[in-house]
Amino acid sequence: MSDHSQTTAAKTTSAPLQRRTMQGLPDAVSGWLLSLPLSLVLLFFLVLPIVMIVIVSFWGATEFSIYPAFQFDNYEFLLTSPVTYSVFLNTIKYAVITWAITLVLGFTIAYFLAFHIRSLTWQIVLFLLCTIPFWTSNIIRMISWIPFLGRNGLANSTLISWGVIDEPLEWLLFSDFSVILAFVHLYTLFMVVPIFNTMMRIDKSLIEAAYDNGATGFQTLTNVIVPLAKPGMMIGSIFVVTLVMGDFITVRFMSGSQKANVGRLISNDIALLQYPSAAATAVILLITVLIVIAILLRFVDIRKEL
Amino acid sequence: MEKRPRSFYVLAAVFALFLVFLYGPTVTIAILSFQGPQGGLTFPMRGVSLHWFRDLFQEQAVGDIWGSFARSLVLGLMVMVTTVVVSVMGGLAFRKRFPGSGLVFYLIITSLVIPSILVSLGVGLIFSQSGLNVHWSTSGYGSQLTWTLPFGLLIMFAVFNRFDKSYEEAARDQGASAWQTVWNVVLPIIAPMLIGVALFGFTLSYDEFARTLLTAGSYNTLPLEIYGMTTNVTTPVIFALGTLTTAFSFVIIAVFLVTVLIVNKRRARLGSDAGKGMV
Repeated sequence: MSDHSQTTAAKTTSAPLQRRTMQGLPDAVSGWLLSLPLSLVLLFFLVLPIVMIVIVSFWGATEFSIYPAFQFDNYEFLLTSPVTYSVFLNTIKYAVITWAITLVLGFTIAYFLAFHIRSLTWQIVLFLLCTIPFWTSNIIRMISWIPFLGRNGLANSTLISWGVIDEPLEWLLFSDFSVILAFVHLYTLFMVVPIFNTMMRIDKSLIEAAYDNGATGFQTLTNVIVPLAKPGMMIGSIFVVTLVMGDFITVRFMSGSQKANVGRLISNDIALLQYPSAAATAVILLITVLIVIAILLRFVDIRKEL
Repeated sequence: MEKRPRSFYVLAAVFALFLVFLYGPTVTIAILSFQGPQGGLTFPMRGVSLHWFRDLFQEQAVGDIWGSFARSLVLGLMVMVTTVVVSVMGGLAFRKRFPGSGLVFYLIITSLVIPSILVSLGVGLIFSQSGLNVHWSTSGYGSQLTWTLPFGLLIMFAVFNRFDKSYEEAARDQGASAWQTVWNVVLPIIAPMLIGVALFGFTLSYDEFARTLLTAGSYNTLPLEIYGMTTNVTTPVIFALGTLTTAFSFVIIAVFLVTVLIVNKRRARLGSDAGKGMV
């Protein structure tokens, strides 16, 4: 498939301008016109808000209002406070742990679907089963863990009835454990989908060739499948890492407000109407996220992988 | 058929456990929402009743649920239509080389990966500083588009990357204008994928929370209403609401999937091979 898209791309570039397109307009003009609605939405609801956040991060605030200024107080406070560093560290901890778990789990699921399920119909059915929760409410899915993990929840009562534990485990709900469990629950399919997508494009004869040359199943996995599935793994990683780093609701809800991450720092400031300080934290979060993405993008050309 | 290796059974077990993990909690709250009137948020069930569902229909008990549901529904439809139209136009635009396409592409990716709370905060600040009122149908609508459009566009990119250009060339050779080619050839071929884009547009908007948080104004959407309930409602009524909205989502997903199936079937019956090999 990617070969096909490359040849079409090559055709587009080599075919010169004699091919007139929509309404006889040159490509540049019709391209601009067609992408105008998109560009306008992104300009007004993405670019301008980011600009606004950067501006407001230099403003000052009283208890009730914010006022325009150009001062570095917000950043100074942020960068000299030990809380900031521990919260950022905690955010990165969540991101790394969730990333590792979802990558292994997502890869396993995608591998099973792509290489062990033989009929296309079943592949589609099982794939849909994995993706349907994506189209339902995240908040409801978080709430759903309460009857499982609570003090008198299913997990505790089952473990007690089996005699594994005597006292209910306290760390099941409102802890790092429940936060990461919820992240894995919510975001594994962001790994499954892109990895499955790249795996489906792997030419099956490559795998046969590996076997014919005497590779074991495991060698085929590490030397053929993993390298070829890497773009999907990278795209999934970008999704999971950015979603976890930008999250505030999961951490708040699943930790019972006992744990903090950067998103919660921002939303707490917002609740206190300290918009400039929230904006400064947001700018630093955005820079962190962009750096992480820049690193991940070094390993994959997204445009080529679609 | 050749014998399955042992790894198949191991992986099948992992996959089955994953599905239990994925759906187990949802099923649990569905069961618990039929809790008797004396029952609590966890097992055991104290009787079986529709008590908590009945509670939902008594508005004063739990806030403006039906109003917020109506708003979420309307907003979802607005976002869905916009997402389909803008994504198709964007998809068509990106088939051409136009100056600035690289920039727009990176903006789309940024829109996808930017922490949602930044969009919420930024849009909220712009509206409040310019003296406009935030409202779900203006600021909320725009903020949600920054989440649904990237998904719609990624689908369109994937569709057009696999699109066989010879169909268009055939249409052109037979004298179709550019507009006729798009309307009568391209759009019918990509129609099933547009249903997918619509599904993304509607459901992502219907469940969207973080980007709507600071941009919805005084009238809540359903996810915001549910979020509010999590802090002050401690009865299974919240499970009943969760079960109902999840059931509604399932119905929507089923409607879209069945529509795709019907479209594909009709196509197969009419003997056209259009769109084959696009999935």
